[in-house]
Amino acid sequence: MRPALAVPLVVFVVVAIALAVGLGLKPREIPSALIGKPVPTFALEPVQDFGPGLSSENLKGQVAIVNVFASWCVPCRVEHGLWAEVAKLGIPIYGLNYKDTPKNASAWLAQLGNPYSRTGADLGGRVGIDWGVYGVPETFVVDEHGMIQLKFIGPVDRAALDNQILPKVRELQSKAARAAG
Amino acid sequence: MMAAARGALAALMFLVLATAALAQGLEATLPDPALEARARELHKVLRCLVCQNQSIHESNAELARDLRNVVRERIAAGDTDAQVMTYVVARYGDWVLLRPPLNAGTLVLWLGPPLILATALLGTGVYFVRSRRAIPDMKPLTSEEQARVAALLGEERQG
Repeated sequence: MRPALAVPLVVFVVVAIALAVGLGLKPREIPSALIGKPVPTFALEPVQDFGPGLSSENLKGQVAIVNVFASWCVPCRVEHGLWAEVAKLGIPIYGLNYKDTPKNASAWLAQLGNPYSRTGADLGGRVGIDWGVYGVPETFVVDEHGMIQLKFIGPVDRAALDNQILPKVRELQSKAARAAG
Repeated sequence: MMAAARGALAALMFLVLATAALAQGLEATLPDPALEARARELHKVLRCLVCQNQSIHESNAELARDLRNVVRERIAAGDTDAQVMTYVVARYGDWVLLRPPLNAGTLVLWLGPPLILATALLGTGVYFVRSRRAIPDMKPLTSEEQARVAALLGEERQG
């Protein structure tokens, strides 16, 4: 076979591989610009009756999970049960209540349980914009220096929790322990 | 007939104006028309994160509206256009720019199409040059070959 005849075959294989990779991408998941950056400065009042409030200062000193939720967000309801488990593991989990009404947010937490050790009511959504939030739910893992290390977009399921979020938390915790010891 | 048409036209005009008024009423614009015009130009180049292929200028999504207001706020606070863009990109990344910047990550995106076009043009050129050169390379038949052709053609005619 003449080498020139192999060219269409090579082009086809390259295009096929590129398209196959493209099929697996998730265009809805926009990579966060804040990975490796400090959390934006903010201070929020708690969701009514579910205090204390949440500020950027609270995110320093330990590895923590920040979960962006809202009572109007249906998938939030699906993932909510998992946060109670995470809280039981002793990992601090904070709730950022995005563009909700105080009444609905507090009724929602009263009904489904409150796994958050602190909550922040972002009524206008401006803190959410500083965090680069564009869809709820979103979940962040923040290290002990208050740096954002992971962002998970969409509802967290068992697999995402076990394979992405918890391993990241443990990795950061052991890194923090090494730095301290 | 004319009156009916005029009536229909008036009804249509009313609907269009009412819709426009409703859209205006939902969102406070900047009092200074020059600043509002600047804000709108920026809205057109910022991508909506929810309905991904629209700008925030075109999108009805709530987040798009919030971002339009963020842009207005930054402009009202005295930011330059570049500062506003930096502010939004710091939060949402290059992804929000409808015109992606040229950097290491987007090199293939920007250089790919011209490169493919150049390769195609080069390939076509080479093909034509070669096919033209192939003709003068052909030598006339030798007398031996001509005799064979005549014999073969003669065979065919008889058969």
